[in-house]
Amino acid sequence: METPVSFDYAPAPESRAIVTIKPTYGHFIAGKFVTGRKHFPTINPATEEILSQIALAGKAEVDAAVAAARKAYLTTWSKLSGKERGKYLFRIARIMQERAREFAVLETLDNGKPIRESRDVDVPLAAAHFFYHAGWADKLEFAGLGTSTKPHGVAGQIIPWNFPLLMLAWKVAPALATGNTVVLKPAESTSLTALLFAEVCQQAELPAGVVNIVTGDGSTGALIVNHPGIDKIAFTGSTEVGKIIARAVAPTHKSVTLELGGKAANIIFEDAAIDEAIEGIVNGVFFNQGHVCCAGSRLLLQESIVDEVVKKLKVRMAKIRVGDPMDKNTDLGAINSKEQLLKIQDLSKVGESEGGARWSAPCVFPNKGFWFAPTIFTGVTQAHRIAREEIFGPVLSVLTFRTPQEAMDKANNTPFGLSAGIWSEKGSRILWASQQLRAGVIWANTFNKFDPTSPFGGYKESGWGREGGRHGLSAYLKGVGHE
Amino acid sequence: MSNRIDVKKTYKLFINGAFPRSESGRTYEIKNAKGVFIANPCLASRKDLKDAVVAARAAQSGWNKASAYNKGQVIYRIAEMLEGRCAQFVDEIINLTGVTKIKAQKEVTDCIDRLVWYAGWSDKLSSLTGALNPVAGPYYNFTIPESMGVIAAIAPESPSLLGLIDAIAPIIVGGNTVVALASSKAPIPAMSFAEVLATSDVPIGVINILTGKKEEIAPWMASHMDIDGIDISGLDAKSDGAVRIAGAENLKRIFRFKSADPGRILAFLENKTVWHPIGL
Repeated sequence: METPVSFDYAPAPESRAIVTIKPTYGHFIAGKFVTGRKHFPTINPATEEILSQIALAGKAEVDAAVAAARKAYLTTWSKLSGKERGKYLFRIARIMQERAREFAVLETLDNGKPIRESRDVDVPLAAAHFFYHAGWADKLEFAGLGTSTKPHGVAGQIIPWNFPLLMLAWKVAPALATGNTVVLKPAESTSLTALLFAEVCQQAELPAGVVNIVTGDGSTGALIVNHPGIDKIAFTGSTEVGKIIARAVAPTHKSVTLELGGKAANIIFEDAAIDEAIEGIVNGVFFNQGHVCCAGSRLLLQESIVDEVVKKLKVRMAKIRVGDPMDKNTDLGAINSKEQLLKIQDLSKVGESEGGARWSAPCVFPNKGFWFAPTIFTGVTQAHRIAREEIFGPVLSVLTFRTPQEAMDKANNTPFGLSAGIWSEKGSRILWASQQLRAGVIWANTFNKFDPTSPFGGYKESGWGREGGRHGLSAYLKGVGHE
Repeated sequence: MSNRIDVKKTYKLFINGAFPRSESGRTYEIKNAKGVFIANPCLASRKDLKDAVVAARAAQSGWNKASAYNKGQVIYRIAEMLEGRCAQFVDEIINLTGVTKIKAQKEVTDCIDRLVWYAGWSDKLSSLTGALNPVAGPYYNFTIPESMGVIAAIAPESPSLLGLIDAIAPIIVGGNTVVALASSKAPIPAMSFAEVLATSDVPIGVINILTGKKEEIAPWMASHMDIDGIDISGLDAKSDGAVRIAGAENLKRIFRFKSADPGRILAFLENKTVWHPIGL
């Protein structure tokens, strides 16, 4: 038999000419950029090039941002009708669409994710979140959340580095739509798109102080969490930090929502459409370099299809294009930071030492930057750390099951409960499994789909509350029936 | 007739459908408003709490699987049984608290009516809080409320019976099971209410009731890793922070409520969103 001809992809790099990155950035407080006192570098994780110097907010900056947010809440934002608030959000959504390419390129440079994903997923979804919530601003009394709801006041929001702009949108859009003002801190390694968003707020003529952005590290985050002038904390990040925040605000009257870690089971039943499931497995765990809290990082295969699936999966994984995130052909970009790369490497070593069989797709990495090949471990049991801990990288652990009930028991055997995947061609089995799985988001015959109308959030130690949909609004309103 | 010595009751705990004494052997003395001795109810221990949580966990999946219609009927059945024993509860409340008969009757009839109100919610929760979400793509996407698991509740000191029912009923109506701590000062109506539950078609372990000191039991509830949430309405505000800090270890959902409200039911429900592609 003749070997089919295989064509290599020619490089198709996106131009970075559309973005202008300043050598240093300040904070965005009361509608203006304020010069920072201390700075730290932000790098492109694909090249290790220093992109800019980001300001590190201390107590003075956080105090100023909270004061600006309070003033804006009292003097302008709470006085505006929902209709007018909504129009500001519509403006923001439109400007984000207008500047979508700029956001996508900047996100990819600062985060390391493939331009295909920032262009097709992060930025359009971020704009969609503003558009969706804009429409709620003047309809809150119809949201079914009770008849006497009110905004909290000033919301402190702390977001992660895996979807910098999208997480900003998930936080800021519902907060503003429900009438709160915000102090937002982007992640230390990915501040640039948040600072570009500050320019969007200026272009939209959003009243000064309604959105304040302070940059910094965990110390800045702690100042926000513990600030007495803040009424509500919204955090997306690790379960470990989520628990620290929960304890910190426990003695206060602050309201809290947390979107935390996960260790999602992606369950493939023997009657699944295997080729589609392979695509779903790849998308489930290798999307965004596996830097996804809801990643399908535990693959549960029914015993009868293990050999077939693992074989096809390796063939497919070998075709994942790893490399320059700015190349439009790239599937898997750079690991966001050296720190995260070390964590993924460490846990992978633990996986080997505990007896898992490791296989990594063959790939050639660029000379600089942080890279990790798509990797699977077979022969993993529930006791292995790589089956229990969130790796937050392109590493998949393969476990097996014999009966559907065993699959459910294994899937639920985790303190997390963010998401799960089900692959089967039998409708009744899908609905049965979706009832059994203790997770906030269930993807059946698909994975890693997001939409502003669709509530997202976890059971158990994956967090408190939902983001998106009607349910997400309650995170930013008081008077929903409990304290 | 007046010479007859009445038969007094030993008040015990209600765990897994049975009425055990505290394994610790501890009791405490209850007196009425005039200082007259009433009873020696159990001072529940940490082990009693653990036993109750084991029972509640074992009962949870079965209760969760019961249809909403069935859950509603079971809660309605509690109301029926309470109605039949109304006079006993009125006497107990008067004897314990010294309130007027009219006031005691009002509390008991409020309890019955409140149970009926909660019963009716069982098959309306997904209409109240569920959603078909119009996502921008070829997917069928819906959100439904689901039970959270095992919920602990600290009932307020007074009104002791109505407060207990407001703690228990909203937790179980959505498929959770409950371990409730009754009013410390007035636990007698609560333990008589357990007798109502025992004859009301409530599956064993779905409702468990302890008596004892909240300052002792609340921290144990907060640090128990198999409890998913706590209603702290009956807890003093000064203990609130410590319970929330301990509860953060497994991110328990901890809430305080002011009134009977559908939000009280929804607080202990999770929302699950399910996606499926649409196509040929």
